[in-house]
Amino acid sequence: MPNLEHPAYPAAALLHLESLVPCRESQVSMLLSIFGERQQFSFPSIFIYGHTSSGKTYVMQTLLNTLQLPHVFVNCVECFTSRLLLEEILIQLQSCSSETEPTSPVPCDTFNDFVRLFKQALVSRELQDQTLYIVLDRAEQLREMEANILPAFLRLQELTDSNVTVVLLSEIVWELFRPNVGCFDPLTLYFPDYSIGHLQKILSQNHPPEYTADFYAAYINILLGVFYMVCRDLKELRHLAALNFSKYCEPVVRGEANERDTRKLWKNIEPHLKKAMQTVYLREISSSQWERLQHDGGEPGQLKGLSAHTHVELPYYSKFLLIAAYLASYNPVRTDKRLFLKHHGKMKKTNFMKKHEKTSNHLLGPKPFPLDRLLAILYSIVDKRVAPTANIFSQITSLVTLQLLSMVGQNDQLEGPRYKCTVSLDFIRAVARTVNFDIIKYLYDFL
Amino acid sequence: MSTCSVSKGCFVFKPSAKKRKLSQSTAHDFGIRNDDSEDTELRFVTCQSLWNQIKSETEKVQEDLNKQLLDNLMNFLSRFHSEFQEKTAEWTCRMKFREIPTAALVLGVNVTDHELTFKSVSDFLQNNITPYIALLEAKDCPGVKNLMQKLMGQLMNCYVDVDSLEDEDYVQVSQNRIRCSMSSLIKWYESVTKKTDSEAPSKKRTTSAHWQSPPVVVIFKDMESFTTKVLQDFIVICSQHIHELPLVLIFGIATSPMIIHRLLPHSVSSLLCIELFQSLSCKDHLSTIIDKLLLTAQFPFKLGEKVLQVLINIFLYHDFSVQNFIKGFQLCIVEHFYSQPLSVLCCQLVDLQKRVHSLSHDQCENIRRLPSFRRYVEEQESGKQVALLTTDNFLKEEIQKLLEDLHVYHENYVSILRCLHVFTSSLPKYPLGKQIRELHCACLENQVWETEEYESSLQLARMLNKSDLVTMLQQCMEILLSSSGKEFDKTVEKLKKFLTEFQNLEVAEAFQEQDVSISSQKELQKKTDLYHLQKTLLELKESRRTKKLTKFEMLRFEVVDYIDSLVRKYLVPADRRTLHEILYFNTAAVLRGHLNAAPRTALHTALNNPHWYLKNQALKCDGGSISNKAPDICIVYKLHLECGRLINLVDWLEAFSTVVMAGEEPNADTASSDQMDDIIHARFIRAVSELELLGFIKPSKQKTDHVARLTWGGC
Repeated sequence: MPNLEHPAYPAAALLHLESLVPCRESQVSMLLSIFGERQQFSFPSIFIYGHTSSGKTYVMQTLLNTLQLPHVFVNCVECFTSRLLLEEILIQLQSCSSETEPTSPVPCDTFNDFVRLFKQALVSRELQDQTLYIVLDRAEQLREMEANILPAFLRLQELTDSNVTVVLLSEIVWELFRPNVGCFDPLTLYFPDYSIGHLQKILSQNHPPEYTADFYAAYINILLGVFYMVCRDLKELRHLAALNFSKYCEPVVRGEANERDTRKLWKNIEPHLKKAMQTVYLREISSSQWERLQHDGGEPGQLKGLSAHTHVELPYYSKFLLIAAYLASYNPVRTDKRLFLKHHGKMKKTNFMKKHEKTSNHLLGPKPFPLDRLLAILYSIVDKRVAPTANIFSQITSLVTLQLLSMVGQNDQLEGPRYKCTVSLDFIRAVARTVNFDIIKYLYDFL
Repeated sequence: MSTCSVSKGCFVFKPSAKKRKLSQSTAHDFGIRNDDSEDTELRFVTCQSLWNQIKSETEKVQEDLNKQLLDNLMNFLSRFHSEFQEKTAEWTCRMKFREIPTAALVLGVNVTDHELTFKSVSDFLQNNITPYIALLEAKDCPGVKNLMQKLMGQLMNCYVDVDSLEDEDYVQVSQNRIRCSMSSLIKWYESVTKKTDSEAPSKKRTTSAHWQSPPVVVIFKDMESFTTKVLQDFIVICSQHIHELPLVLIFGIATSPMIIHRLLPHSVSSLLCIELFQSLSCKDHLSTIIDKLLLTAQFPFKLGEKVLQVLINIFLYHDFSVQNFIKGFQLCIVEHFYSQPLSVLCCQLVDLQKRVHSLSHDQCENIRRLPSFRRYVEEQESGKQVALLTTDNFLKEEIQKLLEDLHVYHENYVSILRCLHVFTSSLPKYPLGKQIRELHCACLENQVWETEEYESSLQLARMLNKSDLVTMLQQCMEILLSSSGKEFDKTVEKLKKFLTEFQNLEVAEAFQEQDVSISSQKELQKKTDLYHLQKTLLELKESRRTKKLTKFEMLRFEVVDYIDSLVRKYLVPADRRTLHEILYFNTAAVLRGHLNAAPRTALHTALNNPHWYLKNQALKCDGGSISNKAPDICIVYKLHLECGRLINLVDWLEAFSTVVMAGEEPNADTASSDQMDDIIHARFIRAVSELELLGFIKPSKQKTDHVARLTWGGC
């Protein structure tokens, strides 16, 4: 295990830092060597990427805070316009280390303004002799801002002619960022995923005060055994660990087992964790509901998850409209005559059955259809005569707002709107069953 | 303002009815259609007061129905609130990820009713929990920027604009003061709560309903319509600040909660602590409304069978909207009081006498013209007939008696209907419908005891088991006891008698059964060989078939017959009653015309048969021919109906000019005919572009001198 060493920083601080960033020592020492000493110019821009919760943000924040390096930390999701982003950086710059009362933020619309104001701020704050770090978290959002923002940040050192380093944190690789030719390539650094050993080590670190570290580590071991296959997100795992720990302790609290009785404890907790994986992990039921359930000792079966409520009640004609839309989406146009006309002429069955499409329409997904076709199918599948009243048309629109249909292409009523049906086969079969309509008989794929 | 209309265009928004003064002129308008303008003012006032009563009743119903939902919501919020307040250093709290509390409100597909539910939810929260509520709609939030802007605008009650680039100084100033970001929201929240905290000591005695550091509630009205990106970004931003800002999200969901998983990936939904809340289904809501508005003697105004059917059909077949049902009901009231001069008598019993006595001679004549009254007169003896038809005062007395009878009839009707419903709603397959509204319609339509369904349900009722029968009788008794009708003393007595008889039966039967079973068993034990056993069994079977009805069965027949007699006595359809026209609104055609708009049919009629709307004799055309007197657009429309998908403009013009010139004399000189051609050409072009505007044709890209037809079929 490499110990952190750097001549510029006191050994005590480094030791403290090392204890705070378990399993990320090599990345930290790499960063430290790139940063150099306080007054030294560093690399103009650094790009750090790695999977969700591989410690990018945490390591960066801890490093900068512990060593008390001047820095600005901005989350790009939060600053959804370039203007907000730039102003946020300036505000943080003004307020972070100087104790003077925060002056009202100056409007900063363009990058040009930003460079000017940034230089002013540096001078007023006497930061010229140290490297200032600007960390942009979730930097992939920068791609959606104006085209000049990302290249300019990469060259900020050059543009402002001052000692500044921009650190970009992202979950995606640099290749997906690179705007165009002539852009400055940052130094890229990869944070690998935590291995199961790492996770075990990190999660075991924070054991509850009432129990011993070994006891908690054994629990974490079981937890990872169940969840590691589906979830490597440290935050989520920690959350799950906290949620289920009380259940794990139950036999100990009741005096049925002692802390060493691993097998008994495992038998108690394992089915519980499996259940948690199917419910609370998927957010089928909320964590507070889960906790209450645990507390009351009830069975999780009695609480229905979100996905259990799939039934949607619709007005009578809406059901038929939806069925008609489904048929129009998944049947080829040429089959309409065969399916919906009583006297469809001499279209031989064999001829009709000869499938030109090799793949099933259900694999290809819904196809758009015009309004007139929808109405024509509707009139032929409803037994009664349907008057084309405004009520029918408004139902089509409300089906669109309910996202059961979706409008395709231009939004022009005069052009004859086209729709797609977005519901699944299971859904439409459930709807058709309620109106006694055998939809399978009308679907070309199943003939 | 918004509309629920499908089409895009201009909409006229009339000022809400509340603003309308109860002025002379309005009352005058009310009577304009009828020249006799009988008692218009009084009718108007009656209509208004009746509607106000009904409106407050519906609001009360709505409130009661929402109560459960609101209480659940309150519990949910208070749980999270205490969690937020604690801020304990406890281990689990530190380890656990702080999720955003989220209430998923499943409201059903009747989107038009949601507005009211949201209003009551936000009012409730505002009154009890927190002043900080923002209601967001998808159409206002195409991006996170707009969402934040809307949110902060609603929370801080001021106008905030993000992009001040194109705006003036004013916005610039406000922009400088409030940046549209989460951090400024937090700053605002801190300052607001601090202010109230400092005020709190002085205010503590006063009833400040809001909680300490109240949560900020953000309601997404139509979850389905929000784009994924906006929601995701907003939730990610919120989750980063949940420690400083106690946010609570409420998702209004119309379809199913699955939509949450469809809209949000796991990484985002894992930031939420979602709990499900289900509002009452719209069908139950409608049942309650019908129960409280129609099946009650509280309101004199009644709906006829056809009208009720129209309203229920619109509800079940088209929109599931209770609000629309109530609107339809309101329309019925207005239409009834507007079109029926005798509706002045549609009032509470207490006012009846005065109003009957102040009837004018014309009104008396109106009454004499009522078909139901004429039927009644014919049944009377001749002396009374003459008196009724000639003496106004005698007529008035008679009217009052008849109307009082009608009120009594209605009270009894409702009670007996409920009793009958108790029976029919528990029969297998529900021959008379599961809901009381179906039964009500059946009874209004014609004499229910003559229908096949009634016959079959009586037969089924004759097969009910005892325990069911007893509970039903008890239910009926409760209904009759609670009803205001005075005639039911005897009925209740009778039902009580039935119940005691059933009880006696139970005791007797217990003895009997024991006897039978023991004796038969003994017999079986005696005979052991197969032949004899078979014989005995056959005998037993035979005896059972021919056996006389048991006491219980007799009693059951008696009960069912009694119920049948009650039905025959009290559930006479309303239109058989004299003077039902005064209280019952039954012109369904008018209502259908108002509520079932058929724009395509109307347009086709207007263009195909302009006489229908213009009422000009010259336009009266016979069959399919085209008159040259018709407006140009009608001629062009008729000609285009004969064409295929692509229409050649030159041919069309040719046909148009032939039709237009048909009536002109041909001997005009060339110069004027040239000019004529120009005019016809211009008229033609104008008519064609009008058709294009109406959406019947569009320019075609396939052939330059052709236009494409967009509509097919007759309407």
